[in-house]
Amino acid sequence: MTGLLFVEQVLNGLQFGVMLFLLAAGLTLVFGIMNLVNLAHGSLYMVGAYLATAAFGWTGSFLLAALFALAATLAVGMLVEVLTLRTLYERDHLDQVLATFGLILFFNEAVAIVWGRTALFTTVPRALSGQITLLPGLRYPAYRAVIILVGLAVALLLYIVVNRTRLGMLIRAGASNRTMVAALGVNVRVLYTVVFGFGAALAALGGVMAGPIYTVLPGMGEEILIQVFVVIVIGGIGSIRGALVGAVVVGMVDTLGRAFLKPMLSTMIGPSAANNAGPALASMLIYLLMAAVLFFRPQGLFPAVRG
Amino acid sequence: MRTLRGALLLALIAGLLAGPARAADPLKIGFITSLSGPAGVIGKHMKDSVELALDHVGRKVGGLETEIIYGDDQRKPDVGKQLADEMLKKHKVNFVSGIIWSNVLLAVAPTVTGAGTIMVGTNAGPHELAGKMCHELFFSTSWQNDETPEAMGKHMQDLGVSGVYVMAPNYAAGKDMVTGFKRYFKGKIVDEVYTKLGQQDYQAEITALRAASPKAVFVFYPADMGIQFLKQYAQAGLRDQIPLYSVYTVDETTLPAVGDAALGNFEARYWSPDLKVEASQKYVADFKKKFGYTPSYYGAQSYDGILLIDSAVRAVKGDLSDRKGMVAAMRKADFKSTRGKFTYNVNHMPIENFYLLKAVKGASGEVEMQIQKTIFENHKDAYYQECAMKW
Repeated sequence: MTGLLFVEQVLNGLQFGVMLFLLAAGLTLVFGIMNLVNLAHGSLYMVGAYLATAAFGWTGSFLLAALFALAATLAVGMLVEVLTLRTLYERDHLDQVLATFGLILFFNEAVAIVWGRTALFTTVPRALSGQITLLPGLRYPAYRAVIILVGLAVALLLYIVVNRTRLGMLIRAGASNRTMVAALGVNVRVLYTVVFGFGAALAALGGVMAGPIYTVLPGMGEEILIQVFVVIVIGGIGSIRGALVGAVVVGMVDTLGRAFLKPMLSTMIGPSAANNAGPALASMLIYLLMAAVLFFRPQGLFPAVRG
Repeated sequence: MRTLRGALLLALIAGLLAGPARAADPLKIGFITSLSGPAGVIGKHMKDSVELALDHVGRKVGGLETEIIYGDDQRKPDVGKQLADEMLKKHKVNFVSGIIWSNVLLAVAPTVTGAGTIMVGTNAGPHELAGKMCHELFFSTSWQNDETPEAMGKHMQDLGVSGVYVMAPNYAAGKDMVTGFKRYFKGKIVDEVYTKLGQQDYQAEITALRAASPKAVFVFYPADMGIQFLKQYAQAGLRDQIPLYSVYTVDETTLPAVGDAALGNFEARYWSPDLKVEASQKYVADFKKKFGYTPSYYGAQSYDGILLIDSAVRAVKGDLSDRKGMVAAMRKADFKSTRGKFTYNVNHMPIENFYLLKAVKGASGEVEMQIQKTIFENHKDAYYQECAMKW
């Protein structure tokens, strides 16, 4: 029984981890390659969730809605890059933070104007609403199992794209030495727009899958973005592999901490003290981990190789 | 006909003459709530209700020209206090009202009452303001935090439920809610779990909950946290297995986003849109007509707040300098409250009924809250004896 409980909590951690990975992958590419601090990445996640929810309502098909949301957010991302971010690459990081913070406010108000401040109603698609039996005695929500599969598939796909294709080569080269890539005749502007749109689509995929289990409402992107930044700091900026490892580590540490820290503490310091200390400590764990990584390995676990 | 026209003309001239003097000195009410972020929907319910109350008094609170200054506290105590300072010093408001969150109210109320201005709280009810920090100039049109979970604790105690799993966010109000619940519930508590404020994913906690196989679950998850918890509880297949009892979790602000995932949920509350009280039915009907959605208790309390101020200003015939007279009038609670007739306790907290509600499919096919029975009649909060005020 306790063994199965542990396995289920590990799955929960993995599911949370791959969700973080979808956001972290785009953010780390944008940061690593374009040297841009994009606080508005959470807004793209929100836009993806809203578009998918709306399209799910119109079409009744979750798959169509997901595809629509991905394509539309890709377009929104490219538009944002062309209209606002292009002018910021040469500017200070502080200017970028200010401008992208402005984008957060813009997107939050925009969705509130279009869809209202009330959270939107969404539900898990009917085909995935049940539970599946993974092991005898271990039943797991089908939708969450699908999130894990999709997340891992995306990670694999990204690995292939980044390591085996020409676009991936340019991305890696851009992360290592931008000036040289430009000098070799690559149109860096177009590369940036493509990468940003690509990151936006990944964030949207996170939003699409988050919609049915979390709340679709204005400002939903900011809460998760903080954890995504932790992932990137732990994994190392600019590296997809770092983002994956960081995301799974953060997902596991957070989930297992919430699940097992209090029972463990209560055997040591008594139940009432554990009631106070457990939740406080569990919510700090990922930040403690980040501090430790910063101390022992400031560049993160798997930083992109810089030339 | 001619005399009527003459009278109208005369009234117009009188109005023009009197106009400038009056217009320079309208009644000003500062209304602070959360209008942006995840709790923005609650702020919208409150603001719309204030506007409806203004309609119902002919846009003249207490017969005076009225100006409402809205402020968005963004769920932050420091922002709330800044807004209150600005309203008091720059706008020179006569009343401050509103506030959703206990921690914001604890920062704002002393600022307002300290400046000699009357404050009407229309949601949060931290125990400090009901007890040791009670103040002559502070009134509440809602409840003290502990009271609603007390009602739910009483109900579950009466049912003889034993083996309850308790969950709440890890902050002051979360602890207050559990304290209130345990004041009346004496059965076995399997575990008490506190989660991070604003947490999104409860899957780890729900897995642990299922492993503990309790007989019932009691939670306090307001606003966005409630939406997430309820969805995930239903998705884990627990909705049909373990009955869920909650406070401030399933209401008209969260139901549109939760839908069927709330079906069968029990809540305790002092007011519900289906309450059979004339003033309440008028409020609900006119609200739906004007804004096109179902109001919540957040709104009903805010509507009551404006009517309470209206009754006070009327009692002193618009003489806003007569603060003593206004306080004396407010203590009578002499207005048509949406909860029906009620009285004020010595600490200016309402003495009121609490009901058991259940989320059911309504006639329209939408999920709605329906009153099942009365749990407490004329219930008093647990802190009024700590309040030194005498009247």
